Amino acid sequence: MDIHSLLQAVQGFLTNEIVLAVILSSLPLIFVLIYVLFVLYTEMKLAGHIQDRVAYMRTGWHGVLQNIADMVKLLLKEDIVPDKADKLFFRLAPYVTFAGSYAAYAVLPFSSIYIGANINLGLFFLVASGSLVVIGILMAGWSSDNKWSMLGGVRSAAQMISYELPTSLAIVIIAMITGSLNLQEIVKFQDGGIQNWLVFGGSLPLQQKLFLLPFTIITFVIFLVSSNAEINRTPFDLPEAESELVQGYFTEYSGLRFAMFYLTEYTNLFTVFAVAVSMFLGGWSSPFGSFMSGPVWGIFWFVVKTYVMVVVQIWVRWTLPRVRVDQLMYVSWKVLTPWLLFCLFAVGFILVI
Amino acid sequence: MSAFGSYFYNIFHSLYTVVVGMKITLKHLFQRSVTIQYPTVKKAIPERGRNRLFVNIDDCIGCDQCAMACPVDCITIETCKSTPDVDLGMTSKNTKKRLYVSQFDIDIAKCCYCGLCVWPCPTECIVMTDVYEFSEYDRHNLIYSFANMTADEITEAQRKLKVYDAEQAAKKAAAAAAPVPPKPEQPAPPIT
Amino acid sequence: MLQPPTLPTNYTIKPGHIKTSTGKTIRTEEMIVNMGPQHPSTHGVLRLEIVIDGEIVRECIPHIGYLHRCFEKHAEQMTNYQQVIPYTDRMDYCSAMTNEWGYALAVERMLKIEVPERVEYIRVIMAELQRIASHLIAVGTYGIDSGAFTPFLYTFIDREPILDLFEMTCGARLLYNYIWIGGLSHDLPPKFIEQAKEFCKYFRPRLKQFNDLLSYNEIFVKRTANVGVIPKDVAINYAISGPQLRGCGVDWDLRRDDPYSVYHKLDWQVQVGKGELGTSLGDCWNRHMVRMREMEQSLNIIEQALAGLPEGNVKAAIPKRIRPDKDAEIYVRTEGSRGELGYYIISDGTASPFRVKARGPAFVNLSVLPEIARGCMLADLVLIAGSIDIVLGEVDR
Repeated sequence: MDIHSLLQAVQGFLTNEIVLAVILSSLPLIFVLIYVLFVLYTEMKLAGHIQDRVAYMRTGWHGVLQNIADMVKLLLKEDIVPDKADKLFFRLAPYVTFAGSYAAYAVLPFSSIYIGANINLGLFFLVASGSLVVIGILMAGWSSDNKWSMLGGVRSAAQMISYELPTSLAIVIIAMITGSLNLQEIVKFQDGGIQNWLVFGGSLPLQQKLFLLPFTIITFVIFLVSSNAEINRTPFDLPEAESELVQGYFTEYSGLRFAMFYLTEYTNLFTVFAVAVSMFLGGWSSPFGSFMSGPVWGIFWFVVKTYVMVVVQIWVRWTLPRVRVDQLMYVSWKVLTPWLLFCLFAVGFILVI
Repeated sequence: MSAFGSYFYNIFHSLYTVVVGMKITLKHLFQRSVTIQYPTVKKAIPERGRNRLFVNIDDCIGCDQCAMACPVDCITIETCKSTPDVDLGMTSKNTKKRLYVSQFDIDIAKCCYCGLCVWPCPTECIVMTDVYEFSEYDRHNLIYSFANMTADEITEAQRKLKVYDAEQAAKKAAAAAAPVPPKPEQPAPPIT
Repeated sequence: MLQPPTLPTNYTIKPGHIKTSTGKTIRTEEMIVNMGPQHPSTHGVLRLEIVIDGEIVRECIPHIGYLHRCFEKHAEQMTNYQQVIPYTDRMDYCSAMTNEWGYALAVERMLKIEVPERVEYIRVIMAELQRIASHLIAVGTYGIDSGAFTPFLYTFIDREPILDLFEMTCGARLLYNYIWIGGLSHDLPPKFIEQAKEFCKYFRPRLKQFNDLLSYNEIFVKRTANVGVIPKDVAINYAISGPQLRGCGVDWDLRRDDPYSVYHKLDWQVQVGKGELGTSLGDCWNRHMVRMREMEQSLNIIEQALAGLPEGNVKAAIPKRIRPDKDAEIYVRTEGSRGELGYYIISDGTASPFRVKARGPAFVNLSVLPEIARGCMLADLVLIAGSIDIVLGEVDR
């Protein structure tokens, strides 16, 4: 075995299709893990400063190592499965939920050269994988032998299903304007500067854009609201309403399984705002047109725009009280959906004439 | 307002109040936080602060007023009378001490920090200090003993008291048994 | 022996049936759920046994007694009347000054002791400061119950100056032992008046900010409006008092209607729920707003009392051994932060009381919960229990 054949073997190994696919598809996983630490720190610190207090000062300088400490603590906890719980589903639920939310990373356009799977049904796939998350939550709520968890799981399922409708309608509006469900195509449609962003009407002739402008802005706002409800964040965090259901559907979970649920929440957060950014705010394209644009800059813009949206969401979370279940349904079915249908007709009308 | 109008009003009013709320939290985001980093920075305790008790046992006259005033009975005092030949000294208020204080225990875990024991003390020897960090690992360490007599001294004092009492009792018995001496002649009162 | 309250013995879980569109019937069942003694939002160790049908509450039975500490028995064991005061503090620990005042007032009336005017004014200032502090806890935790975590922190920051004022005066931040029989334990320290005036100036805009952030927020209004409505006659029949009664529209405040101390000399308004903004009288929102507005009125009272504070002694001439007549008994009621706080004292001629009964307003106010919780949703139940503003120390004593 000499060095030459060894190197050849390694090269063959790395350029093997399957191995390459595995490596490339685990890049978002690494990104997600690092990103979650970052966003957890941001959330706690922002929450602290909004509430006129400092959060996390002890571990590391101003608490930067706190999340690593939290993760280590969660990993070291005892593995408890309740006696009467449905053991298979109890053990399976966190992974199903995480798989559902991580599957969406396959179609997120991180940059012009990197997208996991450049499929023509990108947005459709996203909505479908969101439903897998619902299954996971229902499994978690049902299998822990706890009435409160079941209530939380059922509430969450109802919430997510009813908010898939406004999300899908917003996607349809975008698809009408850009003519494609492929996220990479949608971002390319918005390439060229801030005036081309879909929230301002997209790269269409100016006349059409002026008419489209109010409807795209309304669509953007409604998409943000419904995506908040999709990911169970305040003001729509009934399934995990601390003051009512202790911890909702993941009351009985501890240790690594709880860490998976926690991870899922923040993964979902990124996904949903990444989609919002790709669809409305130009994805990986730079707002200055050709200045600071390119494949590597693409990743930078994508992450920064999503991060700004996440910060806005954290700001909203720590301001507003929670909405009740029936009011949640009212908002979805009687407010968001009619307005989106109206926007749909209006956009269709404007595009046709 | 018609149902149609109230529907629109509700939506816009909700958005407006949400924006108002967000403005307030944004303002607070940029204000200084009020947290002080406790072990390194500590707030000053005011002069009248009621925290851990301290007894200056040299001033204690063993009057038991503080133990009687305590609503939770956390002070245990045992005293022993001293014999006249012993000089226990003066308190800071210039009164003579007449009692040995053989036990002065305060169970600070029971104490409710009401300060009722401080008021009746005639020599102001029991005070509330500004110490509030006195956690212990063992509950028995929270019974503070302020008396400073050793066991030998206590037994010695009790023995001396017994002896003195016996002597006094014997003297009294002798005085009662002995014949009364005749009264001396009174001189004639001066004639005014 | 008294049995704890339970569901009626003839209560059976009602099975139900839902017919689907294909003609099949699905059997449904009510669930008995426990909102246990340990729960993030029952404001203490309160156990609520709830029968729910999906999301609708059918029955709700509170089980109390987890914080019973035998206050009334302890009061009988004390060697004198003054020693009971630290125990009265600990009943409603969020509002200790009003507890002490009620008891001291009862004993003073039994012995017919007149306290100096300065003492009356200082007691009013302390009680109103305490009322603000107690209402701040109530509305802050109410925000948490409804999901807004930030207002709670703001109210606790606002409480700090009040607790600093108390610490400056009597040495303790939560349980004071300050209002004694016949006066007060200490006179006001030199810096008290200016610091109190600073607090009043600081606090008014904070109230407005809190209202903007939470009370008038549409989501909060929608959640608390028309929820847990107590009709006027039900409120009066259940002997409810305090902000809960005033939120139902009943204009009754003991500080004005059964006056004690110098409240009649100060200019302030009793705050009554008005049912504005599409809410109905007696619902959670009106109770919440009555508390917010009461805090403002308390500020007015404090400012006037500070301005009109007379000079004088803070300890009246009381006998060294307080010994009321044999078989003397008295019931005195004051307006505590949660309602009518009453003390019924029976004396047997010795230095320690024969019987001290405390009428805790939170205990009586909680008794209306099963009545108003029927038919509401589970999320509403939390808000209703929060709007009653219970402190378990007072419920259980």
